[in-house]
Amino acid sequence: SWRFFFLSFRKIYTILKNSLLIIQTKSKKTLARPNVKNIVLVEGVRTPFLLSGTTYSDLMPHDLARAALQGLLHRTAIPKDVVDYIIYGTVIQEVKTSNVAREAALGAGFSDKIPSHTVTMACISSNQAMTSAVGLIAAGQCDAVVAGGVEFMSDVPIRHSRKMRKTMLSLNKAKTLGQRLSLLGSIRLAHLSPELPAVAEFSTSETMGHSADRLAAAFGVSRVEQDEFALRSHSLAKKAQDAGLLQDVISFKVPGRDIVSQDNGIRPSSMEQMAKLKPAFIKPHGTVTAANSSFLTDGASAVLIMSEEKALAMGYKPKAYLRDFVYVSQDPKDQLLLGPTYGTPKVLERAGLTMSDIDVFEFHEAFAGQIMANLKAMDSDWFAQTYMGRKSKVGTPPMDKFNLWGGSLSLGHPFGATGCRLVTTVAHRLQKEGGQYGLVAACAAGGQVSDTHVQHSLVVPAMIAFCTYAKHLYEL
Amino acid sequence: SLSLSLSLSLSLFFYSAYMSERERLYCFCVCVCVCVCVQVNTLSVQMQAELTEVMGEVWSNGAVKSAVFISTKPGCFIAGADINMIQACKSSEEVTSLSREGQKMFEKIEKSPIPIVAAINGSCLGGGLEFAIACQYRVATKSRKTILGTPEVMLGLLPGAGGTQRLPKMVGLPGAFDMMLTGRNIRADKAKKMGLVHQLVDPLGPGLKPAEERTIEYLEEVAVGVAKGIANKKVSLTKEKGFMQKLQDTVMGLGPVRKQIYKTVSDKVQKQTKGLYPAPVKIIESIQAGVEQGGEAGYVAEATNFGKLAMTSESRALIGLYQGQVICKKNHYGTPEKEVKKLAILGAGLMGAGIAQVSVDKGLTTILKDTAVDGISRGEQQVYKGLNDKVKKKALTSFARDTILSNLSAQLDYSSFKSADMVIEAVFEDINIKHKVLKEVEAVIPPHCIFASNTSALPIKDIAAASKRPEKVIGMHYFSPVDKMQLLEIITTDKTSKDTTASAVSVGLKQGKIIIVVGDGPGFYTTRCLAPMLAEAVRVLQEGVGPKRLDALTTSFGFPVGAATLADEVGIDVAAHVAEDLGKAFGSRFGGGNVDVLKTMVEKGFKGRKSGKGCYIYGKGKKDKSVNPDAEEILKKYKLAAHPAISTDSDIQYRLVSRFVNEAVLCLQENILRNPVEGDIGAVFGLGFPPCLGGPFRFVDSFGAERLVGIMKRFEDIYGNQFTPCQLLLDHAKNPSKKFHK
Repeated sequence: SWRFFFLSFRKIYTILKNSLLIIQTKSKKTLARPNVKNIVLVEGVRTPFLLSGTTYSDLMPHDLARAALQGLLHRTAIPKDVVDYIIYGTVIQEVKTSNVAREAALGAGFSDKIPSHTVTMACISSNQAMTSAVGLIAAGQCDAVVAGGVEFMSDVPIRHSRKMRKTMLSLNKAKTLGQRLSLLGSIRLAHLSPELPAVAEFSTSETMGHSADRLAAAFGVSRVEQDEFALRSHSLAKKAQDAGLLQDVISFKVPGRDIVSQDNGIRPSSMEQMAKLKPAFIKPHGTVTAANSSFLTDGASAVLIMSEEKALAMGYKPKAYLRDFVYVSQDPKDQLLLGPTYGTPKVLERAGLTMSDIDVFEFHEAFAGQIMANLKAMDSDWFAQTYMGRKSKVGTPPMDKFNLWGGSLSLGHPFGATGCRLVTTVAHRLQKEGGQYGLVAACAAGGQVSDTHVQHSLVVPAMIAFCTYAKHLYEL
Repeated sequence: SLSLSLSLSLSLFFYSAYMSERERLYCFCVCVCVCVCVQVNTLSVQMQAELTEVMGEVWSNGAVKSAVFISTKPGCFIAGADINMIQACKSSEEVTSLSREGQKMFEKIEKSPIPIVAAINGSCLGGGLEFAIACQYRVATKSRKTILGTPEVMLGLLPGAGGTQRLPKMVGLPGAFDMMLTGRNIRADKAKKMGLVHQLVDPLGPGLKPAEERTIEYLEEVAVGVAKGIANKKVSLTKEKGFMQKLQDTVMGLGPVRKQIYKTVSDKVQKQTKGLYPAPVKIIESIQAGVEQGGEAGYVAEATNFGKLAMTSESRALIGLYQGQVICKKNHYGTPEKEVKKLAILGAGLMGAGIAQVSVDKGLTTILKDTAVDGISRGEQQVYKGLNDKVKKKALTSFARDTILSNLSAQLDYSSFKSADMVIEAVFEDINIKHKVLKEVEAVIPPHCIFASNTSALPIKDIAAASKRPEKVIGMHYFSPVDKMQLLEIITTDKTSKDTTASAVSVGLKQGKIIIVVGDGPGFYTTRCLAPMLAEAVRVLQEGVGPKRLDALTTSFGFPVGAATLADEVGIDVAAHVAEDLGKAFGSRFGGGNVDVLKTMVEKGFKGRKSGKGCYIYGKGKKDKSVNPDAEEILKKYKLAAHPAISTDSDIQYRLVSRFVNEAVLCLQENILRNPVEGDIGAVFGLGFPPCLGGPFRFVDSFGAERLVGIMKRFEDIYGNQFTPCQLLLDHAKNPSKKFHK
């Protein structure tokens, strides 16, 4: 019996030791991988996000991007010629500045020797800009890259009809007056109807809002659930704004207007008020309304990404490591907005983490219904087994770690610029809340993970989707 | 299963089991809403009775303020009345009373004290549609499977449960005529525009349940919402009419305008049916009675006409075709060992490209091989155009078109044939060329790969003679234009394996074809029936009957295309080829007209529509054609004296038809055909045999074999063995109780 007692004692001791080890590992585990460079987020800023058609309405997209770049220069005081490369993301392109990265960089006073390019990947365009930057640094091409995103919905390219364009192009080539007159004579009333920019997914001709409504219905998300989530987003954003937590926002002197220093789309309302709205896309029985969708927004963002080595050598105190990222794609018809569900478990597995390891979640809120549908999908064993080839459900992020400073529903969603906002917010929240790992996910985009000082941050954008809302575009 | 499912819905109906399942949804309703679930998809006498009982209980329960009618069977609301129920009737009075019963039941639904919402997902046809339009409100899913329509006319019937009375009120007179006279299927979005349904529900993708299941549930939720809304007056049943609607109503309110419409529609019907189809006329009559003399007269007219139509030979013929079609859309040869996923087609001509067109959009990876760049370019364009026309009609998105086309590979060599599961050759009709390609193909394909020949007349066993593996050789005879013609004639030889047949049938079904499987022999079944008729047509032309009159004689007999036009469509060169080949095989029985007429025409370049000239000269427009004077010259050169004893219009018609019919019966006698059903289907869907006669075999049954033999004997006296009735036909003539169809 002594022997037995001894064994038991050893057993208890081992258990205790192991649990201690677990605690120790958790606080010390690094996601650094051998032979992979540590890449860090040095700083992230953004212009205030404004409802389109408000104070920014007379600008051009590169003006906004310029403002973000200048803000970044100001915050970091980085010498302009240290930056090796500049990448910007945008969705609806202004044709005059199709490489908006280059125009904005030149306008912001960066050296004309710095190459810049523009990427587009719907709502995760600036995620793509950031991950491209990570790629350039990891490949040893660059040490310091500025990535950002811009979207300007106050003005979008509205084209002549194809028929009219064809006539006009032929007019250029017409040699005689007779030819010109006959071409002009061929113009009919139908030629004059303009072509609005893509209001629908090209592959399915379905608008994003319509798709979100169907998605919400497929997962049985009620109107009340959506309104509640939207209200939560606005309330949390308001709180964060009032508490001065949105430190990534820079002030911007708009030419001919006042200085803008706050987002203007945060409107905490009441459930009663929200319940009064009619569905915006599927009538009369739909559940997605103007109040539980993100609104058309003007805004730009920028981040400075460096190799850890270089950042430390220059005396910077990096905000986060960018550790890993995953892009995933699904069926654009029925699973358009389910990217986070697919992307999140993948990036966690890559990093060797589980949902409970994550301290800060920032998910892009395209529609309240879309977020709720993703949460339900993540909570469903059936969905995980049937569509994801998993044994069991992904699990849902705890709401007390989720989008605590508002989200795209309330802060606004300039398509090309949102990704940088999410990553910067994760870094700031980790700092503020004292967490270690953060994860970002975006539909039309996937997830990303960030983390403060010492540890990790992963970038995980997923699915591509075109975030244009028919209703709002017409309202332009 | 019919009664079982209904009693199920009955027991489910009252709150007990049913409500507990759905309690969560409806318990908190201010007004109680009941869902009636149907699991049957056809309306039968029994269902009518049970429905009346169920509705009686709904109405007698004061707590129920509204109801939703929904089918729990996926992809089907109610696909119409049970045809057997009508066929079982012995007299028109019996059918009329069935119709009256249906009318009464639906009238009760229409006058229901509580609102009834029809929630439609899938087919809502015939009696199903009549039921739906009797309800106060209709919600439908926007699914591709959701179709509404009144296809009764295609069965030689009319909508006999109030359809002819309610539809004009709902969609207007012109819309109602269009629906009932064409019998076409209407997709949900169109139905909404027409005012046939009130509200649409989008099909959902996967969520926490399979997409289809959740979509039906969602439809139910929306319909319940609407039903409650109507009950508490939040949803209005009357729709504010637009200006155009008001204008149309005003115009339609004028007696003379309506009169003009009836006249125009009647004239059009007469022109198109040549008076051979009674149903459209009766439909117009019934609608007119209702609109002009009021509801009761309309209902009586509808029921009486329904009764009359059900007893017509035309209706029996059309119903027979419908039932035959159902049989010929099944694979009776089992599941093939290996599913065909990759299909290679040799020859990118009209046929080859046509086969590619109907394959590539069904998910088959398709190779289109030709020997010349021009050939594949033309072929690819044909496939593209076929798909793009669907895009223009909004039946397909441009994105879907591109995705589909990504499955097509046009090429000049045999690369990647090594992974083909089936090769269909559509090369020139020459046995030597067929042998050459067969050998080339067998050198590159895997052992399991099937070789199918799309020949129209060469015996398959002759082609298979060059094969190392004759069990894998089969005939797949498509009809031109492949995307329009529904028939596929599959030809098996003694050596063709059952699995090869199963595979060919499976591919054909995938391509959307109606399939007949026939034995091997010169001309198989279809070409063999057509050849004597065309030979007779040439003789008739030689006897001085012009192409136009010949066409008129054949179309007025019920053929959709006249004999002269048909020859042009088939191709004079093909006709000459076939006439010669089959002439050699069958001897003088296949004689009649002089083959040299056709040969001379081919020499002069009059190959039919494809060359712009044949019996007719073809202009750019589809209907733009005039008689080719040069062809008439040729006919004069070969002129024959007509025999006055057998040259009346009716004689000419029977000369053409009797040769066709006799050859068909002979095919059955010689076991080329397995059964009369396939014979009828093949003749109607492949060759345009008058649908109102139901095919050669049904024609013999209804016309009388004895009478036919009598007529043929008259012709035989003058022309000899071309009109000698075959033994089987004689057997039927001798014994009137013998019928091909029961």
